[in-house]
Amino acid sequence: MGMEGIGARVARKEDKRFITGKGRYTDDMVVPGMKHAHFVRSPHAHAKIKSIDTSAAEKMPGVISILNGAQLTEDGIGNIICGWMIHSKDGSPMNMGAWRPLAQDTVRYVGDAVAIVVADSKAQARDAAEAVVVDYETLPVVTSAVDALKDGAPQLHPEAKNNQIFDWEIGDAAATDAAIASAAHVTEMKIVNNRLVPNPMEPRAALGVYDDSDEHYTLWTTSQNPHVARLVLSAFYNVAPENKLRVIAPDVGGGFGSKIYIYPEEIVCLWASKRTGVPVKWNCDRTEAFLTDAHGRDHESTIKMAFDADNNITGFKVDTIANLGAYMSLFSSSVPTYLYATLLSGQYAIPAIHANVRTVYTNTVPVDAYRGAGRPEACYLLERVLETAARELGVTPAALRRQNFIREFPYQTPVIMCYDAGDFDASLDAAMTAIDYDGFPARRAEAESRGKKRGIGISCYIEACGIAPSAAVGSLGAGVGLWESAEVRVNAVGTIEVLTGSHSHGQGHETTFSQLVAERFGVGMDSVSIVHGDTDKVQMGMGTYGSRSGAVGMSAIVKALDKVETKAKKIAAHLMEADESDIVIENGELKVAGTDKSVPWFQMALAAYTAHNLPEGMEPGLKEGAFYDPSNFTFPAGTYICEVEVDPDTGKTTVVDFVAADDFGKIINPMIVEGQVHGGVAQGIGQALLEGTHYDAETGQLLTASYMDYTMPRADDLPSFKVSTTETVCPSNPLGIKGCGEAGAIGSPPALINAITDAIGNNDLTMPATPERVWAALRSAQ
Amino acid sequence: MANVSMTVNGRSVSGQCEDRMLLVQFIRENLGLTGTHVGCDTSQCGACVVHVDGKAVKSCTMLAAQADGSDVTTIEGLASGGELHPVQAAFREHHGLQCGFCTPGMIMSAVDMISRHGGQLDEKTVRAELEGNICRCTGYHNIVKAVLDAASKMGDGAKVAAE
Repeated sequence: MGMEGIGARVARKEDKRFITGKGRYTDDMVVPGMKHAHFVRSPHAHAKIKSIDTSAAEKMPGVISILNGAQLTEDGIGNIICGWMIHSKDGSPMNMGAWRPLAQDTVRYVGDAVAIVVADSKAQARDAAEAVVVDYETLPVVTSAVDALKDGAPQLHPEAKNNQIFDWEIGDAAATDAAIASAAHVTEMKIVNNRLVPNPMEPRAALGVYDDSDEHYTLWTTSQNPHVARLVLSAFYNVAPENKLRVIAPDVGGGFGSKIYIYPEEIVCLWASKRTGVPVKWNCDRTEAFLTDAHGRDHESTIKMAFDADNNITGFKVDTIANLGAYMSLFSSSVPTYLYATLLSGQYAIPAIHANVRTVYTNTVPVDAYRGAGRPEACYLLERVLETAARELGVTPAALRRQNFIREFPYQTPVIMCYDAGDFDASLDAAMTAIDYDGFPARRAEAESRGKKRGIGISCYIEACGIAPSAAVGSLGAGVGLWESAEVRVNAVGTIEVLTGSHSHGQGHETTFSQLVAERFGVGMDSVSIVHGDTDKVQMGMGTYGSRSGAVGMSAIVKALDKVETKAKKIAAHLMEADESDIVIENGELKVAGTDKSVPWFQMALAAYTAHNLPEGMEPGLKEGAFYDPSNFTFPAGTYICEVEVDPDTGKTTVVDFVAADDFGKIINPMIVEGQVHGGVAQGIGQALLEGTHYDAETGQLLTASYMDYTMPRADDLPSFKVSTTETVCPSNPLGIKGCGEAGAIGSPPALINAITDAIGNNDLTMPATPERVWAALRSAQ
Repeated sequence: MANVSMTVNGRSVSGQCEDRMLLVQFIRENLGLTGTHVGCDTSQCGACVVHVDGKAVKSCTMLAAQADGSDVTTIEGLASGGELHPVQAAFREHHGLQCGFCTPGMIMSAVDMISRHGGQLDEKTVRAELEGNICRCTGYHNIVKAVLDAASKMGDGAKVAAE
């Protein structure tokens, strides 16, 4: 390991611009002639649009244009689509209702965009938007997925009878029912996974620029995957041809999944720029973000876990209703299906699993992937039911888990996934040691002497990352392949540019990807540049989500580096009249092994471009590209243990200790990996204790639409975390890495809730465990 | 419309702005200093914190006209002579940032906090006083470490210098 190579705790290259205020986010962009947009949004959750009167608004100061859905339709702009086809268990395709970028005829959630106002300033656009008169005829509203399925519920889309999008299943129903029927013990629970708002600190923004001189479009946008944005904008929405559309996602201020998808505003700003002849910029207010960013989670599940007389798990049955909101977002159908139910085996050998998932339209914001995307929902079910079962069976939660761990790999679960490697005992041991599990009874007694309730909770998670083998996801309904691309360009002076289809929005790719190159060629990280986020520079890519940039994105870079290395060695061998198999690369030099002959890296690079003395028939230059398609998912896993103290007088929970023991396979930069865990755990603790999205059931108004109503975790709400890693190398990619971006958000919510229910002696508690809910649960337990 | 003049990062600036223009808009749009960010519309997130006459202020809570005659420091004015401010350096050293969007406001709040407490800060105080700044990436763990480390390195000397 070099000072800057793989495994080194290197400070980030990208930090300097962020800490000096030189980061360049979409809302920072200014182009000549740029004007500002504000959207007219529906104040109603469900209504017919009878008319839109813009006459007064058009006369307001600074107004350039006001456009609505009818004009969008005139120009042939397509519907927003869901990119993953799921079939119901009867074989029928999912029932997708139309989603217009600007609503026509009907609005289906509060915040549904109806028109765009373009004006000289943002303030003028906002003023004029308020003067647009939309005549609505309100319709009945439904916000709960369970209610929406009932006969007589308000109907959102004619395509979806009873609002049901699909009724899907996975696993073996008969075997699972048989296991439950013959079980020595069955633990049954009803579990709600609360709806969340991702809340990256940078609100979404879009700047659309149409240049009529060459009919070219540019879109600056806050995106996690600009190439997919370009693909969808051109292939499905008919906004611009792919070769005439450049999508740039510059510095992006966090995503957590919510910036994977295409939103109406991006389509409309780009289209509006052509319609109006001026560059159009929109940036989102925070309340607008609450109303329009795709939300996460929102499941209601009934579960049964069966055990034999020796406490071995024999079956697991899950019935889930998932709320997908008013429209189907880009990946919304994959989240409660293949990203969720395929993880229901967890870390455990379970012979029979069956899950049934119904997805439902409601008058709420569309729901899509949020940090973990399906895996947190699966982990929460499993880790809550195991903790509950341990209490019912009178064994310790650690022992029940350990008894049922999978220990032989590869392990084929009954729900598609084949785990390639893992050591679940190692992370459980590490976490129990780190939190001093054996010392807990003494700490509980001490807390009781102060009148406090102490509890401890375990969660053993597994997730599937590195999304995913293209052929596999294609066979399951995905609309795109999920490989990644890379290009490595060695310049004539030996500096190196790496172009990647991944996108960094906080994950530190400029640093870790540079470490990879520094390790390989022995050059300094400063001579490596990472280029990403611009479709004019990087040909194609699939972006960053599902912890895929390491396992898939870096593997593509490794493939390109292999090709560069091969050619570099050929050139060096030629220059030194040696055999290429004898060339080794060390410390920035290409050496003939066992001799003192060497050529500096930069000299080899220069030779590649002067082309005065290259091997016979070799093309000049040193630039190689590669596509990497993973052969399997990767399977990060670990154990989180949380210790809490509850104040019985107020119901307030304090997290007194939190340990995370993760297995991410090989680690490139431990500092960055720890940071990812900290952030994920904070979001998981947020879900468990603080964050909840509440709609008024009658009106469909979002009651938690600002930071004054939606409780974001603040520094004072969280402890310092104790994180550590164990390592089983991932066998399915060349680096042996698994991914670390989502683990914290997946593993922590059940650890928290298990700890609180342990403290208060009442298992009936839903997230977020607010002081009010905990206080009430304590009272009902007494 | 109002005419405003102020000193921003040591430079005298003036301009005409609508009465309703916020200080953060003046800084970002009129002066082109985009390091100061807008992360919410309720003065909760702290991405827009700058110093006005030496005190940390949410620049989305103050009208540009109210800052007339003031001495304003933004994140762009914190480093001097090409040297990072010790708080900036500590954020980098301790990985106290990820996406970087909340970072300018976070650093400006931290500088103010250290100038008030000097080297006497403890974790509890740092966490309590970061109440007005939201970070969604770091879980605050490394931010707290960075602030404590910067405070201990700057010590009481920093307190005097800031005053």
